[in-house]
Amino acid sequence: YPPLTTIPPPAKYGGRHTVTLIPGDGIGPELLTHVRELFRFCCVPVDFEIVSIDSKSTSDDDMNNAITAIRRNGVALKGNIETNHNLPPSHISRNNILRTSLDLYANVIHCQTLPGVRTRHRDVDIIIIRENTEGEYSSLEHENVPGVVECLKIITRKKSLRIAEYAFNAARQNGRRRVTAVHKANIMKLGDGLFLQCCKEVAAGYPEITFDSMIVDNTTMQLVSKPQQFDVMVMPNLYGSVISNVCAGLVGGPGLVPGANYGKDYAVFETATRNTGKSIANKNIANPTATLLASCLMLDHLRLHGYASMIRKAILATVSETRLHTADLGGQGTTSEVVQSVMREIESKGPRTSEQI
Amino acid sequence: MAASSAALSLPKVFRPVLGLGRSGNPAKVWAAAASCRREKSTFVGRIIPPPAKYGGRHTVTLIPGDGIGPELLNHVRELFRFSCVPVDFEVVNVNSSVATEDDIHNAITAIRRNGVALKGNIETNHNMPPSHKSRNNLLRTSLDLFANMMHCQSLPGVQTRHKNIDIIIIRENTEGEYSSLEHESVSGVVESLKIITRYNSLRIADYAFRLAREKGRRRVTAVHKANIMKLADGLFLQCCKEVASGYPDIQFDSMIVDNTTMQLVSKPHQFDVMVMPNLYGNVVSNVCAGLVGGPGLVPGANYGTNYAVFETATRNTGKSIADKNIANPTAMLLASCLMLDHLRLHDYANMIRGAVLTTMNETRLHTADIGGQGTTSEVVQSVMKNIQSGRCKN
Repeated sequence: YPPLTTIPPPAKYGGRHTVTLIPGDGIGPELLTHVRELFRFCCVPVDFEIVSIDSKSTSDDDMNNAITAIRRNGVALKGNIETNHNLPPSHISRNNILRTSLDLYANVIHCQTLPGVRTRHRDVDIIIIRENTEGEYSSLEHENVPGVVECLKIITRKKSLRIAEYAFNAARQNGRRRVTAVHKANIMKLGDGLFLQCCKEVAAGYPEITFDSMIVDNTTMQLVSKPQQFDVMVMPNLYGSVISNVCAGLVGGPGLVPGANYGKDYAVFETATRNTGKSIANKNIANPTATLLASCLMLDHLRLHGYASMIRKAILATVSETRLHTADLGGQGTTSEVVQSVMREIESKGPRTSEQI
Repeated sequence: MAASSAALSLPKVFRPVLGLGRSGNPAKVWAAAASCRREKSTFVGRIIPPPAKYGGRHTVTLIPGDGIGPELLNHVRELFRFSCVPVDFEVVNVNSSVATEDDIHNAITAIRRNGVALKGNIETNHNMPPSHKSRNNLLRTSLDLFANMMHCQSLPGVQTRHKNIDIIIIRENTEGEYSSLEHESVSGVVESLKIITRYNSLRIADYAFRLAREKGRRRVTAVHKANIMKLADGLFLQCCKEVASGYPDIQFDSMIVDNTTMQLVSKPHQFDVMVMPNLYGNVVSNVCAGLVGGPGLVPGANYGTNYAVFETATRNTGKSIADKNIANPTAMLLASCLMLDHLRLHDYANMIRGAVLTTMNETRLHTADIGGQGTTSEVVQSVMKNIQSGRCKN
């Protein structure tokens, strides 16, 4: 997946990388424990620095610690941190703070139908690139008159150019033919109009890639009927949230798709749809595929491609076995069974020689 | 059956409770709420006044719009003439390429006069400066058509990936992200305002719960993004909860919009009635339209306290298929049936609706958007034939 050429090469000491691990809430801790188990089993040269965040406390210390740790290590793997709705609006979503402080401006989600998972649509292969720091998620709201709330959606030229540049660069690197910008410029003429204009300007510099645009409501309708027409999509923050969830639903659900957040200097990996999964926490029924694939994305980012493809192949082989499917895919398997199967797959391929690494 | 009876014509059992705005006591919900609210409740129990009839005939404003609008509305007029429906159309053209707002204001005056309208979508020219507002938006806000109702049902005879879907979507139609309030204080930085008010949120929530009760629905789901937009969507959610407490027979829950769209794509049968602010309504209604077969099948209605405007649910202009006789007329025909229900011409509405659904069953008449090769005129002819044969039976 497209590494940004501007991120400095990951630091290695004694041949081992250090990665920040944020367990989060809900199913995060148990799934990340499985990731660590798997990495230890495969002898992946990665050490995890665990930083816990207590989502119930109102102080910012936990978050600052986590952000400092990520700045130090450069890479992180995280579970979703729950946002308590009962706290006052000044308590901003922790995940949002993390993304904006580290300026992780590009959220990349690659939705592909996996073999062995039965879905209503076949051959879906869409890369979604979502602006991650501005747009509707500015958390700038105020109530000047009681009963009337104004919520600001911010679109800037600089960030729109940046995300468009990232999208076209990623498309070129992955050999993709078409980039579609998703917007609502017929209503939000200035805001989304600026976004669209920035995309057009960047598109002019990539003549081999077709650029078109589509209004978000038409896009969601097309996704539900003919998702095969889409290739790479770029969009502001809120539309990205909706469309990435629609695409995740199309390929089989929130348990299958990994997501990556890239910034200029840092990268954070998590599941694409950012669910806490509170209702299924600690019941051994969560689908670990998304988190495991996210850890593979992380290994690719650290240039440990051998380990990444080894684990990814094992995961795909496990997912094609229907009897191991977890409840969200319609089966009755447990999380530990899936992880055991992945480990067995890796073991059956034999010890790795130095050429493979 | 696609039974969308006029949403605001309340059955008799409710009239003594809610009153008709002239006298009588407001419903218990509002008695409690009105005492603690400072705003006047002008929408309590006031239903759209009975449609005006002169000589037994109704006059309805017709706005052809752009793209496929004109040809489909011609078919509607043809069909009404064939079925002897007592409706006269007052046609008002709106030219979308001029910058003056005279055309749209003429249309609005005509709708105020007649009370009811049937319209095609008016194109918004993107090359005009931002001061040139979307004509459709202007119409909705001037007439205060605060509720957009869309009933998505799987039609028998149309093959879709999901079967037996039956979702009512109620979307706030006048505020939210569609306020058209944007400014560029610093060059390269645009601020776009999303407005949520207590008054409008209470109004749309009340509309949703009353509709759910009227149609015997069990569950209302509010769609929001209050984890990020805590004040704005938080206010909307709170208003929905307040109104929900006055309807103990209806279950109320809420869901974040991204989770909602994912659930819609995998398990749409869990949804019953959904209420939401403007932008989420746009996205969710398009997803649902896609689930039941596409933009050519679903009609939509915009209701206000005094006016009602009917159109297709997904508001497409269909420029690329205009005047080619391949557009699907079903959505527009069903929208005209909704209009007939609103005018209390239920017999005509049921007759035309039955004929349209019978036509839908015939796969060889399906138009290109649902995978067939039929033409628009073939579909309309078939509807007329079904009406004629139905009439002969009586």
